Amino acid sequence: MALAADHSTDTVLNARADARAQGGQVSDWMPYLPASSSPFCPEDVAADSLTWAETVAPGGYTHKVLARGTRFRLEDPTGEACAHTLLYNALEPTERLNVADTQKIPWQAYLGAGHPLLSGDGRVLATILTDTSGRHDAFCGTSTAAWNALRYGTALPEGPAPAGRDLFVKAAAKHGLGPADVPPSVSFFQGVRVAGDGSFDWFGSSGAGTAVELVAELPLIVLIANVPHPRDPRPEYVVGPLRVHAWRTPETNPTTPADERFDASPEVRRAYLNTLDYAEARGL
Amino acid sequence: MTTTIDNPVMRPVTTVPVPTATYLTPDGQLVSSVPVGASYADDHTHLEWGDPLVPGAVVLDEQVAPRASWSGVVRAGQVLTIVDVGGNQSGDCLLYNAQHTDERYSAPDTLAWQDNAYIRTGTVLRSNLGRALMTVVDNEIDRQDTIGGACSRESNTLRYGHHVMYHHGCRENFLTEGAKHGLGMRDIVSNINWFMNVPIEDDGALGIVDGMSAPGKRVALRAEIDTLVLISNCPQMNNPCNDFNPTPLRMIVSEPDTDLEYEADA
Repeated sequence: MALAADHSTDTVLNARADARAQGGQVSDWMPYLPASSSPFCPEDVAADSLTWAETVAPGGYTHKVLARGTRFRLEDPTGEACAHTLLYNALEPTERLNVADTQKIPWQAYLGAGHPLLSGDGRVLATILTDTSGRHDAFCGTSTAAWNALRYGTALPEGPAPAGRDLFVKAAAKHGLGPADVPPSVSFFQGVRVAGDGSFDWFGSSGAGTAVELVAELPLIVLIANVPHPRDPRPEYVVGPLRVHAWRTPETNPTTPADERFDASPEVRRAYLNTLDYAEARGL
Repeated sequence: MTTTIDNPVMRPVTTVPVPTATYLTPDGQLVSSVPVGASYADDHTHLEWGDPLVPGAVVLDEQVAPRASWSGVVRAGQVLTIVDVGGNQSGDCLLYNAQHTDERYSAPDTLAWQDNAYIRTGTVLRSNLGRALMTVVDNEIDRQDTIGGACSRESNTLRYGHHVMYHHGCRENFLTEGAKHGLGMRDIVSNINWFMNVPIEDDGALGIVDGMSAPGKRVALRAEIDTLVLISNCPQMNNPCNDFNPTPLRMIVSEPDTDLEYEADA
């Protein structure tokens, strides 16, 4: 009632005027269009090179198709974001993030700068270039409705504690992908560490103001669900806003032999070779 | 049998196993590099075929040849015993709700719910919806792996080099076996590796190392709902997930006589 009293919508013309009067407002979480208008453009990035600028709501999701070579940076301004992330080859989405290969091939379970995010097809979808958080996770995936119902008493998608998987399923659907296309994911900004007996020690966040920056090694569909990590021990559904910026310049290229990271290990070198081979053959 | 490949792009490769296909030798003979029959060294490999881990009527009892794939539906309440016949033979495994295969095994959900990175007795093998598919009701090795994933032609090129591209792999087996059930690339997710050893060290280093299993060691899984089980009897020839000696697995499904101790919590 109180809300309706603020609006005059008894005719089409009034309704139109009322709707149009709402434009131009700002929210704490919203996309910024054009991206160059982002109020949070990173200092080291030229605003006119931005192709994606958004603050993702706590409990929200976003998704974007990114050109090969795009840099994208995720920032956690409050220390409470948790960016559950899935990547797909935008040209052939059956090629997608493979968490097992992402941990196994580099012989390293914990994500950090230099870590390749691998597909199941022996290629690098994206490389983590920089990381000031160091608290990420590739073991626990995201939350399900069953988990959130247990933890928070509710997991309704329209409610206060939506589950990461449910958000991923919706984001995937908007690219023509179904539930079978949602594999295990990784999360940035909230981590666990594995103790000697295999139990997870909660590592949590490293605080406000950290960021990870990645480069798209292939054309990517990026899905992000910003929801609490499933092992977050707090009884409340706590998650903060997530900043996303992506940009392209003549200098933002996919990894090539000219980059030091190309030869960081024999495994990653062959992964980059496979990726370049695919891109060459497809004429990318 | 080995051959030498001069690889100008990568580090030099000396000796590698030949591709697993029929080929013509320089002297005109048509030979197969696929070993005839079992590919394990059957003259000196000790095999223990084992028995079901739980008492009850056996409703299915099948052998999985080395390097081969297998699938079967385990009905709710039935128990699947997997026998590591030759010891340290990785049985790569995926699980699906038999009625609705979009619901399938989820390694992260299994691990997050139990707050531990290893599978042991009592572990509930959960789906991508968080539901119990199967419960580990008995297990004869310290810990089972679900971190290491499956080998594939493609990932083998990363680990070992492009000379292994034509080696057989578990993802090939999953695709072969899954196709019998209408499953494809989209349906392959992070899997379980029965009898494979993947320790995670303090600094996050992890890898497939020498196994802790032995001939005749077993694991028993009770189905909580009707579950389609896919198995790849790992054909990997480049790491210790099968002692470099692929051996058979035995799959036994029984109707247990008694209620088992471990109850799923969902």
